Amino acid sequence: MNTAVLRTEIRLFRREPGALFWILLFPTLLLVILGSVPSFRHAEADLGGLRTIDVYVPVAVLLGLIVSGLQAMPQTLTGYRERGILRRMSTTPVRPSALLTAQMTVFAGAALGSALLALAVGRLAFDVRLPEQPLGYLLALVLAVLVALALGAVVCALSRTTKIAGAIGSAVFFPAMFCAGLWAPVQTMPDVLARIVGCTPFGAAAEALNRAAAGHWIGWTHLGVLVAWTVLLTAGAARWFRWE
Amino acid sequence: MSVIEVSELRKSYDGRTVVDGVSFAVEEGEIFGVLGPNGAGKTTTVECVEGLRVPDAGRVRVTGLDPIADHEKVARVLGAQLQQSELQAKLTVREALELYASFHARPADWRPLAERLGLTDRLTTRFAKLSGGQKQRLFIALALIGDPQIVVLDELTTGLDPRARRDTWELIEDVRAGGVTVLLVTHFMEEAQRLCDRIAVIDKGRIAALDTPAGLIRRSAGATVISFTPSTPLDDRDLNTLPGLASLAHHDGRVTLSGTDETVSAVLTLLARLHVTAHQLRVTEATLDDAFLDLTKEAAA
Repeated sequence: MNTAVLRTEIRLFRREPGALFWILLFPTLLLVILGSVPSFRHAEADLGGLRTIDVYVPVAVLLGLIVSGLQAMPQTLTGYRERGILRRMSTTPVRPSALLTAQMTVFAGAALGSALLALAVGRLAFDVRLPEQPLGYLLALVLAVLVALALGAVVCALSRTTKIAGAIGSAVFFPAMFCAGLWAPVQTMPDVLARIVGCTPFGAAAEALNRAAAGHWIGWTHLGVLVAWTVLLTAGAARWFRWE
Repeated sequence: MSVIEVSELRKSYDGRTVVDGVSFAVEEGEIFGVLGPNGAGKTTTVECVEGLRVPDAGRVRVTGLDPIADHEKVARVLGAQLQQSELQAKLTVREALELYASFHARPADWRPLAERLGLTDRLTTRFAKLSGGQKQRLFIALALIGDPQIVVLDELTTGLDPRARRDTWELIEDVRAGGVTVLLVTHFMEEAQRLCDRIAVIDKGRIAALDTPAGLIRRSAGATVISFTPSTPLDDRDLNTLPGLASLAHHDGRVTLSGTDETVSAVLTLLARLHVTAHQLRVTEATLDDAFLDLTKEAAA
């Protein structure tokens, strides 16, 4: 890790109003909009006594992370490759991999920041309880960030240009958001569907976050699914990635 | 001592041979030019020197080091300006200079470098907002910022206006005067003739000639150019028998011949014999341009 490269990438990230909005603010904004609907603030039997706003906090957490890993990062990295920025860096004593790790760190940091903001606003504005298993929650969150970055890295590895990266990113974005529960939270899905979704990276992440939030151990199944996806996707990205 | 050694270098892409047995050695402190038509394999050759490409065969050494196996060590002594590459769009000139300086243990001070390259009033400008010439000057600065022993410049002055071009040439001469070896890729003859101590002409992946600029001109078929306006028209049959004649052209009643010194004396003898007066007789040395066209003639045909 080269700190000068990391500092530069953080500075550059701060100059991208689009990325800042969609990653950091949008998920929380969505939460605020949903929370403004009065009926979403009543306990519902369907949700096991939870309120709609309660189940949408983890969705907002995952949304920031998916935008960061699937939309923003592949765009930036493919752009760096397309425009020869990685190549230029290969002529210096610092390897272009320094730029990749710096990028991943920036987007992981942004995703975590977005998650914390959603949790804080949920707690302060809508009285959503903070996770009762903070360590388990943090573990699930870190694994979810890793799987999002790994999936983004695969998108980046498979895309020759930023346009392709944008297209693949969007194509993966919607299924990922479905699994995370944007349209119907995992708790409300029919059993069979919930089981299938639980095998996808973001379905497993959503369930793990929910369990930790409710004070349970996140469960070996969800943990296993997340780790397996991370390993698989990282291996794929490493295999298919081209420096130029 | 040779600081760059390339021997029997070969590289092909998808079965198409781009570099086909190129060998040359660059001595310490010289400006060595790599000249050739587009697609001749110049850039691929220097990219193998920079360690950006792995040769299919052959040996490349930079200060005795292998650019692939010892990439990091080579990158510390070799600064490179690439032909097509950019920087992060929102990175400012100053940030780029500071960032790239931080990659080196003993970087050059970027302030005088920026001053020299006319970038001082652009320090807070973002890369995307720079003009083509300013980008090019920034790349030259980035190539020199590590205070390298060797600097590789690919299409150095492309996109620069004549004034900036001349300033850049002076800068390169200064850099060399400071003991830096320069490997210069160009297809710009005036630049090669002005700057280079020696030139390798690469054509179709091979070295067509390797000599000093003057040597290249001398060895080309039409090293001397004679032009004059004859008082009465001359018969081409007489002119075509001149010894060492490389080319013959008529334009506006003016005859232009190229050939050797022998051609010069023969044409004067011929004119005297025919009692023809040569008005505005000029004998000039051919330019590197002429030599280059002659050396790479077969490729075009």
